[in-house]
Amino acid sequence: MQKVYDNADKAIADIQHGSVIMLGGFGLCGIPENCITALVKKGVQQLTCISNNAGVDDFGIGLMLKQKQVKKMISSYVGENAEFERQLLSGELEVELIPQGTLATRCMAAGYGMPAVFTPAGVGTEVAEGKETRNFNGKDYLLEYAFEADYAIVKAWKGDTMGNLVYKETARNFNPLMAMAGKITIAEVEELVPAGELDPNLVHTPGIYVHRIFQGENYEKRIEQRTVRKKG
Amino acid sequence: MALDKYQIAQQIAKELKDGYYVNLGIGIPTLVANYIPEGISVVLQSENGLLGMGPFPEEGQEDADLINAGKQTITTVAGSSFFDSALSFGMIRSGKVDLTVLGAMEVSENGDIANWKIPGKMVKGMGGAMDLVASAKNIIVAMMHTNPKGESKLLPQCSLPLTGIRCVKKIVTDLAMLEVTPGGFKLLERAPGVTVEEIKQKTSGKLIVEGDIAEMTF
Repeated sequence: MQKVYDNADKAIADIQHGSVIMLGGFGLCGIPENCITALVKKGVQQLTCISNNAGVDDFGIGLMLKQKQVKKMISSYVGENAEFERQLLSGELEVELIPQGTLATRCMAAGYGMPAVFTPAGVGTEVAEGKETRNFNGKDYLLEYAFEADYAIVKAWKGDTMGNLVYKETARNFNPLMAMAGKITIAEVEELVPAGELDPNLVHTPGIYVHRIFQGENYEKRIEQRTVRKKG
Repeated sequence: MALDKYQIAQQIAKELKDGYYVNLGIGIPTLVANYIPEGISVVLQSENGLLGMGPFPEEGQEDADLINAGKQTITTVAGSSFFDSALSFGMIRSGKVDLTVLGAMEVSENGDIANWKIPGKMVKGMGGAMDLVASAKNIIVAMMHTNPKGESKLLPQCSLPLTGIRCVKKIVTDLAMLEVTPGGFKLLERAPGVTVEEIKQKTSGKLIVEGDIAEMTF
């Protein structure tokens, strides 16, 4: 079993124009920084990106948007990115905005081998347009389909050579869900350890879901909203 | 005197009960955490994957991996837990969260809420708001009574794209606290010095006024 790659460039080398890719993270927290840099360098275009947010103008997925690499964005919240809003309102970029819980659950369904789920989120709103609605116990629910993605690109805190992953704090967010949902899942980790070093009791993503893993480098981990209180 | 945003948060905090699991939205709702009444213990849920959210970190203690749903650096309290986004919305959808507080652009007299989109102008997305309002048992909206143009935000029906339908239970504005009832907005309390007449004038949805309306006290 050989899942370990040297770096991001090699791990993403076969991603083609027009691919559907999932990218983990919430805001700039827990995003696959190394792979995004590699995708920008590779210049692959016409991508459909599934990610909760679209980064900021000069970091995260914002870097790919600036290079016009993204054809379509599927997200729940994009308010942090002015360039995104510009491309969207001018019609250059196709966008599907979906409720955050629905986004998470459509990833989860893919990883659980379930074709669809019913959720109450969006009933009676424009999100429900064109969707099958069913009533259970007096309440309406929307049918939402599992995502299909060519690649899922995730970031974890620690990983081992078997592809097992452990996330840190709220940097977990969408990462374990997307890791389960990709036809090919690529994981970048802050610390790659030999098999046997992670406590199996504490593994969040079992290695079966992870096809490629590499030790990331030079993490910037930019903070979007630095908020502090006075000492004492 | 109309309430400022801190007083709106303080008024909402009076609704908290011991043992509540609470989700606070971005903006004024976040401030509610500063006014949790003494002797009451609540657990704050952050939908990006945390139960047991604590205050902002002291300077120098910021951790990029530890943020709230507003992307602000935060801390945890004793007994906290982390989880993924599907589990987070699982606990919201299954009704485990006791109270949700969020902001709004418009609320209708039957409890519909609009807070995510202004067609042609602003497209930020709904984030977790649609999931929250579709499932929460108890939703309180924190907002100004009128928009910057002076137009009422409490309407017969919303004009903006909806976030959820028939879901808002209470509203606390700078002028009043109101309950959404089958007959319309029922006035519960008014801000100190604000008259019922002013509230009537600035509420375009149906307003129910029964008996004397008490002033809020702080």
